[in-house]
Amino acid sequence: MKLQIASHLAIYALLELAAQPERQLSVAEIGQKYDISSHHLAKVMNVLGRAKMVRAVRGAGGGYQFAGNARRITLLEVIQLFEDLGDVRSEPGGSRDSTAEGRALRQILGEIDDITRATLGSITIVTMLKLVDRKRAKGPARLQPSRSVDAESV
Amino acid sequence: MAVEKLLAAKPDRHTAISSSGRRRLKLPLQIRAAEAVDLVAVIALDERITGVNKREYWDEMFARYGKIRPKGGFFLVAESGDRKSHGRVLGFIIGEVRAWEFGSAPCGWVFALSVAPEARLHGVGEALFEALSAEFKNAGVNKMRTMVARDNRLTLMFFRGEGMMAGPYIELEKDID
Repeated sequence: MKLQIASHLAIYALLELAAQPERQLSVAEIGQKYDISSHHLAKVMNVLGRAKMVRAVRGAGGGYQFAGNARRITLLEVIQLFEDLGDVRSEPGGSRDSTAEGRALRQILGEIDDITRATLGSITIVTMLKLVDRKRAKGPARLQPSRSVDAESV
Repeated sequence: MAVEKLLAAKPDRHTAISSSGRRRLKLPLQIRAAEAVDLVAVIALDERITGVNKREYWDEMFARYGKIRPKGGFFLVAESGDRKSHGRVLGFIIGEVRAWEFGSAPCGWVFALSVAPEARLHGVGEALFEALSAEFKNAGVNKMRTMVARDNRLTLMFFRGEGMMAGPYIELEKDID
């Protein structure tokens, strides 16, 4: 499954802030860790702020602070702020989709949509932080050199 | 039992700092093997959650996992250690070691878990899960599995929070014509 880059940035920023919720971080500080442009990240932070997942702190040393409930915010809620995951069954079908073959295919694709939603909807920010800790304890991953990062759709 | 040793050492009310930095008050608890006197509370709790009274089912579960305590089968309850509600059953968990179903090496199956709604978010489910995990480990298995309805978001979130990930099996079903 592929996500829009904004969804990735939002998840990274929330993980960074929720790991130490009393701390405030600037867009530049978060951006530096993940090699993200401040301009792009600022737009993402605005959306997270409107969703009350982060809070802007003004003044010297200002930045952003985590403001949500890390035990309740799920990846699905974050991703849906930036993109529509869609559901093949709710999309208007063409004439070929109303055939038995089309309906059978839509049923299978619908199963995949359901599993995607259930998975993303069950992973909270706290669960992700625990997962990050386990990955960190295992040491750095070996990157696969053949994989390239698509800037539009990571 | 291993679980009694595990939790009896820290019966006092304590707080835990979660990954989010929020403090969660954990209730004083004792996790122990279910006894016949717990069945009324287990049946009542299950009926509160599911809306269905399954007395016969729970009698059978107790006969199978509680009374004879077979090797690899565990029926545990979380009992309140709080002065006001001392001895009250706040939740329960059942699991057993299963081997070679569909080629799967022995692993611990969790097939029942329930926590009283007013006791949730205080570490009861986590304590039950950890106790069962310790029992499975003592029984010689190093993997746990469970099955959760896709739309049961709360339970899915709980198991995910305990570190459970998607396994190598896919559950399938069919209407029998």
